[in-house]
Amino acid sequence: MSKLTTRDAVASALPALDGYAVVCANGFISRWACSVKDRPSHFYMIGSMGLASSIGLGIALAKPDQPVAVLDGDGNVLMNLGQLPMIATSKPRRFFHMVIDNGVYASTGNQPTISTEVALEEIAAAAGYARVARVRDAESLAAKVREFVPADGPSMLLVETAPESGPPAPRIPFTPEEMTLRMRAAVGAGR
Amino acid sequence: MSHSGDATFKGADFAAALEDAGFDFFTGVPCSLIGSVLIALEDRGYIAETREDAALGLAAGAFMAGRRPVVLMQNSGLGVSLNAIGSLQQIYELPCLLVITWRGFGGKDAPEHLVMGKVMPELLGSYEIEWRTLGDRPLAEDAGWARERFDASQKPVALVVPPGVLG
Repeated sequence: MSKLTTRDAVASALPALDGYAVVCANGFISRWACSVKDRPSHFYMIGSMGLASSIGLGIALAKPDQPVAVLDGDGNVLMNLGQLPMIATSKPRRFFHMVIDNGVYASTGNQPTISTEVALEEIAAAAGYARVARVRDAESLAAKVREFVPADGPSMLLVETAPESGPPAPRIPFTPEEMTLRMRAAVGAGR
Repeated sequence: MSHSGDATFKGADFAAALEDAGFDFFTGVPCSLIGSVLIALEDRGYIAETREDAALGLAAGAFMAGRRPVVLMQNSGLGVSLNAIGSLQQIYELPCLLVITWRGFGGKDAPEHLVMGKVMPELLGSYEIEWRTLGDRPLAEDAGWARERFDASQKPVALVVPPGVLG
């Protein structure tokens, strides 16, 4: 069982994502990402579960030179599984898809998902992602972030984590409209 | 439903009207009632999505990247889309133009379309989505209205396409 947490996963990825549009899935992933390192180019979802990957792909398709990262969860990916082949066939040039897989719906009380029985990164590989990996410890997490973030083509890095046990991350301090405006200012200019 | 040459407008003219009005990102899931529009949009980078709510996710990202997105769908897909509209587009103020076909129009259609065909006007009203029926006015006027409401409201707006309007 992995000792990594959601916080570890986002804290490992975010410093590498300068200049990226970062779309964070709803729930603890967004809350930890905002708490660990906030940037105007981060979009924190509070609803529409499953659509982080679609929003990220929309940015990449609308602005092909814009690097995009999606910080996703296992429940989210399972809810919008059709987006994996969409991303693979769209071939965005710089698209880092981190899946933080704790095997549960954490925000609603840790009810189990089926990700403990189904390897989501293998589904992404079958769909046609350029590269995929699964990591369970801090050293390989850091190594794969270094390798995958600057690589061409969509990458999926699945991080096995333990469900939340410590104090919860603080809530997102921005209103939804504020998040749209700052992301649009950060990545929407120059078209 | 078949669509012969006696439709009110050509799908290609509607696609051109949308582009002239400033819409520049097209995605969605097909419906036979807008087949001719989708063909015309292929030259304009139309992205075939797998689900209508995923298309709304694409539109949200495209808007933040500086585009004016259009999501085309059958009204069956409006059912799929409601959570995205309510918990993404409307609260984040991520506008898009929804082009929604009206299957089940007048209660005459295959059984699977009758419930949505009947409740769609109320559903759009309940979700406070401003909408118009396409076909009653020149295409440029409806496309211009959609652009004006898109910019002014920063919310999803809809053009509903009954059978026989676009061929």
